[in-house]
Amino acid sequence: MSDQIKLTKLANCAGCGAKVGAGVLAKLLDGLKVRSDPNLLVGFDKSDDASVYKVTDDLALVQTVDFFPPIADDPYTFGAIAATNALSDVYAMGGEPKLALNIMAVPKDLPKEAVHQILRGGYEKAYEAGAIITGGHSILDDEPKYGLAVTGFVHPDRVLTNSGAKEGDVLFLTKPLGIGILTTAAKADLVSQETMAYAVGLMTTLNKSARDAMVKYRVHACTDVTGFALLGHACEMAQGSDAEIHIDTDAIDLIPEALEFARIGILPEGMYRNRNFAEAYVDPGEVELAKQDMLYDPQTSGGLLIAVHPDDADSLYEELKGTVPSAQKIGTVKKYSGGKRIYLH
Amino acid sequence: MIDARGLSCPMPVVMVQNEVKKSSPDELKVQVDSMVCVENITRFANSKKYEVEVTKKDGEFELTLKKQK
Repeated sequence: MSDQIKLTKLANCAGCGAKVGAGVLAKLLDGLKVRSDPNLLVGFDKSDDASVYKVTDDLALVQTVDFFPPIADDPYTFGAIAATNALSDVYAMGGEPKLALNIMAVPKDLPKEAVHQILRGGYEKAYEAGAIITGGHSILDDEPKYGLAVTGFVHPDRVLTNSGAKEGDVLFLTKPLGIGILTTAAKADLVSQETMAYAVGLMTTLNKSARDAMVKYRVHACTDVTGFALLGHACEMAQGSDAEIHIDTDAIDLIPEALEFARIGILPEGMYRNRNFAEAYVDPGEVELAKQDMLYDPQTSGGLLIAVHPDDADSLYEELKGTVPSAQKIGTVKKYSGGKRIYLH
Repeated sequence: MIDARGLSCPMPVVMVQNEVKKSSPDELKVQVDSMVCVENITRFANSKKYEVEVTKKDGEFELTLKKQK
C-alpha cells in the first residue's frame, strides 16, 4: 500500500521550506507580552533553537517543537527525517533529548499503514537519540504533517545559545549544504538516485555525535542550520553575539548536484525568502551567484553551526572528522566593525 | 510561447530548459505568475547565454529570452 503513495504530492511546501520567513515571523511576534521568569535562561525573544528553563543549579529543561509537511515520498523516511530535525534543536542547545510527543496531521484517506510507517520512523529516531515518545496529538488535515515536541536536559552552566560567539572563534559546520535545492529538483524527478539517497542519509543523521563532540570543548555559540539557511542562521548568530562572521565559501561542502541545479535556476521559494531577509546584512564579495544561492538554501535537518575557542579548533575538528557527515571549518568570528554582519570570501 | 502560469517551481524552469535543449530558439516567450519563477528562469537563461526582458501585468509576468549576440 504505502509504496504507492507519493507523500510529497500532498504537500504544498517541502520540509523546512514550509517555515514562515524570519522577517514575517518577527512581525507576527512583535508586541506580544512575554512574562519574564528568573529561571528562564533562553526564551523566544532570543530567536534561538529551543527554550531553556533552570530547574535546579545543575539541571535545566530544554523544550522545542518542530513539524512540517512531507519532504520524502516514503512515509517511514518522512517520519525519520521529521524526528531527526525536531531532536536537533535540543542538540543545538548542547542538551540531550529525553522525552518527546508526536504532532501529526493526517488526511482522512491516508492509509493506516502509511500513518503507522511515519510514526515508526519517528519512534526509531527518538530511540536512537536515547529519547522516548510518550504520546502526542493528531488532527485531520488535507496536507499531512509530522514532527515532535521534544524535552531534553542540559546543565544550566553549559547551555549553548546562538548568541555567545566571541571574537577569534572558529566556525564549524557538520553537514553539507544543498538539501532544499535537491528536494525541489526531486519534485520534477531531476535528482539522481544516488544523490537522493545521500540527501536522505544526511537528513536522517542525528546531530547527536556533533553535540557529543562539541560539549567537550570551549564552544561559545551553536545553532542548527535549518529553514533560514546557513546565512540566515549565521546572521542571527552574528547579530546576537554583536560580532561579524567571515566565511570562506571554498571550505563549504556544497553537494555537487545541488550546485549544478542552482546554476540553472532550480531553486526553492524558501531560498528567495531567506535571501530577502538576510541579504542586507551580507557582503557577498566576489562569490558566484549560484554558490551564494546555496548558502541561502533552506535545509531540512541540517548540521550544527558551531563557534569554538580558537585554541580548541584543531582538536574539535579532528574529533568531528570521524563522527559527523562532513566536518567543515568554514570561517571565523571577528569584532563587529559597524558594516555588514557576514562577509563571504 | 510557453504558458507556465499556475505551475509551481521547478516545473516552469524545467519547461524552458526542455525547449531550449530541443530547439535552441533565438527568442522564446514565457508566461509565469510568480517572482520565484521569474528569478529561476532568469538564472537559467543567463547560464545559457540568453538575455531576459520581463514585463509585468495584472500580477503575471511575461519573459522574453533572447540569445546573446
